[in-house]
Amino acid sequence: MHHVLVNERLSPNVTRLVIDAQRIAEIRQPGQFVIVHLGPGAERIPLTIADGDREAGTISLVIQAIGKSTADLVEVPVGGTIADVAGPLGRPTELPDHGRVLCVGGGVGTAVILPIAQELKHRGVAVTSIIGGRSREWVILEPDLRACGEVITCTDDGSYGRPGFVTEALKDALAEGGIDEVFAVGPVPMMRAVANLTRPLGVKTTVSLNPIMVDGTGMCGGCRVTINGAIKYACVDGPEFDGHAVDFAELVDRLSTYRPFEQFALERRGACSTTAEDAAAVAAAVAAATTPAGAAR
Amino acid sequence: MTLSEHPIPLPAADAETVTPKPPLSKKERMQIQRVEMPEQDAILRAANFREVNLGLTEQLAMLEAERCLECPKPYCIDGCPVRVNIPNFIRHLRDGDMAGAAASLLDDNALPCVTGRVCPQETQCEKVCLRAKTGRSVGIGNLERFVADWALANHAGSGASMSQPDALGKTVAIVGSGPAGLTAAKELAKRGYDVTIFEAFHAAGGVLIYGIPEFRLPKDIVQAEVDRLVESGVKIQANAIIGKTYTLPELRAQFDGVFIAVGAGLPVFMNVPGENFKGVYSANEYLTRVNLMGAWNPVSDTPVLHGQRVVVVGGGNVAMDSVRTAKRLGAASATIVYRRGPEELPARAEEAHHAEQEGVIFEYLTAPIEVLGDENRWVTGIRCVRMALGEPDDSGRRRPEPIEGSEFEVPCDMVVVAIGTKSNPLLTATAPELEINKWGYIVTDENGMTSMPGVFAGGDIVRGAATVILAMGDGKRAAMAMHAYLTPPEPAELPTA
Repeated sequence: MHHVLVNERLSPNVTRLVIDAQRIAEIRQPGQFVIVHLGPGAERIPLTIADGDREAGTISLVIQAIGKSTADLVEVPVGGTIADVAGPLGRPTELPDHGRVLCVGGGVGTAVILPIAQELKHRGVAVTSIIGGRSREWVILEPDLRACGEVITCTDDGSYGRPGFVTEALKDALAEGGIDEVFAVGPVPMMRAVANLTRPLGVKTTVSLNPIMVDGTGMCGGCRVTINGAIKYACVDGPEFDGHAVDFAELVDRLSTYRPFEQFALERRGACSTTAEDAAAVAAAVAAATTPAGAAR
Repeated sequence: MTLSEHPIPLPAADAETVTPKPPLSKKERMQIQRVEMPEQDAILRAANFREVNLGLTEQLAMLEAERCLECPKPYCIDGCPVRVNIPNFIRHLRDGDMAGAAASLLDDNALPCVTGRVCPQETQCEKVCLRAKTGRSVGIGNLERFVADWALANHAGSGASMSQPDALGKTVAIVGSGPAGLTAAKELAKRGYDVTIFEAFHAAGGVLIYGIPEFRLPKDIVQAEVDRLVESGVKIQANAIIGKTYTLPELRAQFDGVFIAVGAGLPVFMNVPGENFKGVYSANEYLTRVNLMGAWNPVSDTPVLHGQRVVVVGGGNVAMDSVRTAKRLGAASATIVYRRGPEELPARAEEAHHAEQEGVIFEYLTAPIEVLGDENRWVTGIRCVRMALGEPDDSGRRRPEPIEGSEFEVPCDMVVVAIGTKSNPLLTATAPELEINKWGYIVTDENGMTSMPGVFAGGDIVRGAATVILAMGDGKRAAMAMHAYLTPPEPAELPTA
């Protein structure tokens, strides 16, 4: 049982939870994640550890409420509990000891970039973070990243910082030269765009992948991704991979597997929480929402 | 046979009046025909997740118990990987002494409600039963299940006295809460060790809860077995992944003994084109979603695809569990694709038979060569080739070889790959001094001890994918060996002979 100590809204749909997790706080390294399970009936959700406090025995998780399960999680109030937190899982980020690094964070991916930037600064690596969001209120963790080095903020609508996507700022930064490595975490299209920019320049680029996952220990194979033509499991072989080797199209595709169910679950969550539903109707709706689209053929 | 047709007077239904009956003659016992396990109707059960086998009534169980001939040399005990004293519990049962039967069974078997349901008795105890020579064996598995369920319902315990959990002042860590881990935990707790089980998932039970479906092994039964263990003083730490949360050397340093029983691990895929299309699951993922995460129940937050036409690749018990699950989740057609023939099917005969009854189609001597998908990369079918059996391979089974030009397509919208597992390096990677073989499985001596003194291992992480009962046998054997290692008998107690 883990207590929520802080519940802070960072952007319109991104929340930071600080929870007690003594052991994980002690040993976690940048790039690692935990599996969070709110309680009976809930999904197991993989979440990157955004920050932690060894002494206090706490970790912080930054969560984008996009589906029913994440919406439930960000609603746990301070003092509330999360039944299960398992980890730290995945391989730690392989970090350089010197040189100049660009950390690119899009939306909630900025939270994954933060521990990397922190550790890089700690190692004496020059860090520039490029972070972005739709508009001003969607840009998160800027002060935390400022503590690690220069920060370039971008907004799609130009309401804050530089107008446009993070990739445009990245393009300019790369043009200046002298960049040894890029870490990019965000929506899959963003990571793909970053990898496409750095590939011709031969700049090493690491991305953190977020495929669908159940156990987080290699057991289910649901998180399989194709890296250089070979199957890898994001949970044990990753979650970070060489951005130039990732089959992003497949990742985008596999992430859409349960979209109709997610939509249904979210609508049902909003529609009724107290009225008794007709079990048969629910069962039929769930079955419809999870019928493979290939069934039509 | 119905009860009224039975040639032998039925035993008294009232178990409270334990009056010794005049024993039947051997001839009379031989006349009794094997009692059939009542089952849920195949058409009904193919649409629900309730248990298929309904269990014997007390009357039927006592009648079946009369069939045991009480052989002077009971081969059945040798046939049992955990060496349950089968004739003993059956004798108590026959006499109507349920508590005595329960005590006897629980002495020998940590998880009798489980083994009474999922053991392949037909290849173990029942295979060597004397009665199988001339007819049908005693229904040992069915009797075990009856006695185990009676014990659970009546809170009956083992006959052996349990030591205080910390009587010896020694601690043992058990990695994994599947059948091997639970069995070792019980055996060690019984002998006075302070036992802690580390489980990676949020709930204990291992394959018993994530793998074997509700209709074959109800989850409340597994939970009751786990609860019984916790009541006896065993501690369970969930969400602890050894190799991540703690390393094996860390555990070794903190505990007097360690038993590794982490299970089979990583799913094997077919390595054919289209395997990453949407709608292709490993059996591990499919069954975990349905069983552990409860996706069979529409109120669960965890989704699972409800395939309308499902193909399951493989012929083992996991394949049978997957295909029967798909049927219950509404599949109009559910097909097993297996590269060898019906005789080679590794699944229990009962499981394959149940699957057939439920309308599962079997495509024998068939191997997949490609998963087909539409423009959105959803599965639309599986391309297969017919096989012929050639010369025996290393496993002694005849090697299937493709028949040229025999390719054909099976339309489907979901594929479950149930062709086995390989070892998970998560734990072993953190312990370089632990000897593993070329497949990544842990090497042990005949007592289950690994290359690290005081560290034992058993179950699928040692033997590769096997059965619940073999894992339990390993757990029991390793527990005995660990006891001998950690608490050597006093010289005075050594046998003098």
